[in-house]
Amino acid sequence: MKLNTLVTTALLTLTAPAAWAESIITVMKPTAFETAATAMAGGGFMHITNDGDTDDTLLGVKADFPRVELHTTEFTDGIAKMMHVDAIPVPAGGMVALEPGGYHVMFMGLRGDPLEIGETIPATLIFEHAGEIEISFEVVERTMRHKH
Amino acid sequence: MKAVIIGTVTIAAAAALGLYTWSVSQETAAIPCGDTAVATSAIGGPFELVSETGETVTDADVITKPTLVYFGYTFCPDVCPLDSARNAQAAYMLQDEGYDVGTIFISIDPARDTPEVVRDYTDNFHEDMFGLTGSPEQVDVASKAYRTYYRKQEGDDEYYLVDHSTQTYLMMPDTGFATFFKRAHTPEEIAETTACFIDARS
Repeated sequence: MKLNTLVTTALLTLTAPAAWAESIITVMKPTAFETAATAMAGGGFMHITNDGDTDDTLLGVKADFPRVELHTTEFTDGIAKMMHVDAIPVPAGGMVALEPGGYHVMFMGLRGDPLEIGETIPATLIFEHAGEIEISFEVVERTMRHKH
Repeated sequence: MKAVIIGTVTIAAAAALGLYTWSVSQETAAIPCGDTAVATSAIGGPFELVSETGETVTDADVITKPTLVYFGYTFCPDVCPLDSARNAQAAYMLQDEGYDVGTIFISIDPARDTPEVVRDYTDNFHEDMFGLTGSPEQVDVASKAYRTYYRKQEGDDEYYLVDHSTQTYLMMPDTGFATFFKRAHTPEEIAETTACFIDARS
């Protein structure tokens, strides 16, 4: 009896963490577009999936620029409004895309050092539940992407 | 003699009437180009801006051939570069078909967009894309002529954002405004519609 209890307790202890609700974040294809030599700002994009069972939220990004913020673009009657957002929700079992025309990371203050193809930008994503995740943005050539 | 005079005058009058009717029908005939129905030619007008080379230029100086005109700003990392790239792409496509079309980028953020900045920015997309900026007053005149919208947001002195309309205007050198394109139009659609307008004029 005692052995059974011991084994059961051990099993429960080992499996308990798996039973805790969590978010499982995967970041795919973090990319940034190259910028003109005198550009003052650049944009970063990526796809974030949450394969866990808890909703999570991207609260911010840290990178080596004077200011790094999360932004989104809203369109109304052909007018583009870009604005700072404090959080981007990443629902459980869902995916959120940071892509041109929508959510994006703004790297502000390039200080005369433009983003060049082939460069990588290390950054840290800060999630409410998943915590800090280190990623690296790859700077790529600007390509046409149709959004309808 | 009287009959001859009356006859000639009558024929002349008939010819004039015919000519008038024909010319009116030419003006009101809808040019079936593109999918945007535009009934007004009140877009466009005189402006004076500072070019990417630092010279003061007028609309007549810079619109010397069919031209795609876009208003934006360089601090915008997303919308403006995409639209500018698309316009450049349309210009390249037209070039391949033998049409010479210009592209212009007018900054609605002259405080940060100096001539050097817009020159550098436009070079990124097309070697002939022309960047224009100016004083806040000059930019405002241009914006009002094209009825565009722009509004600087409250924020950091250095990192503020500007809301702005995102249409691209097709301007003809002598007749002015032809049509406009929205963000959603592909470079192929722009090239096709522009070619159609150019063909319709010749």
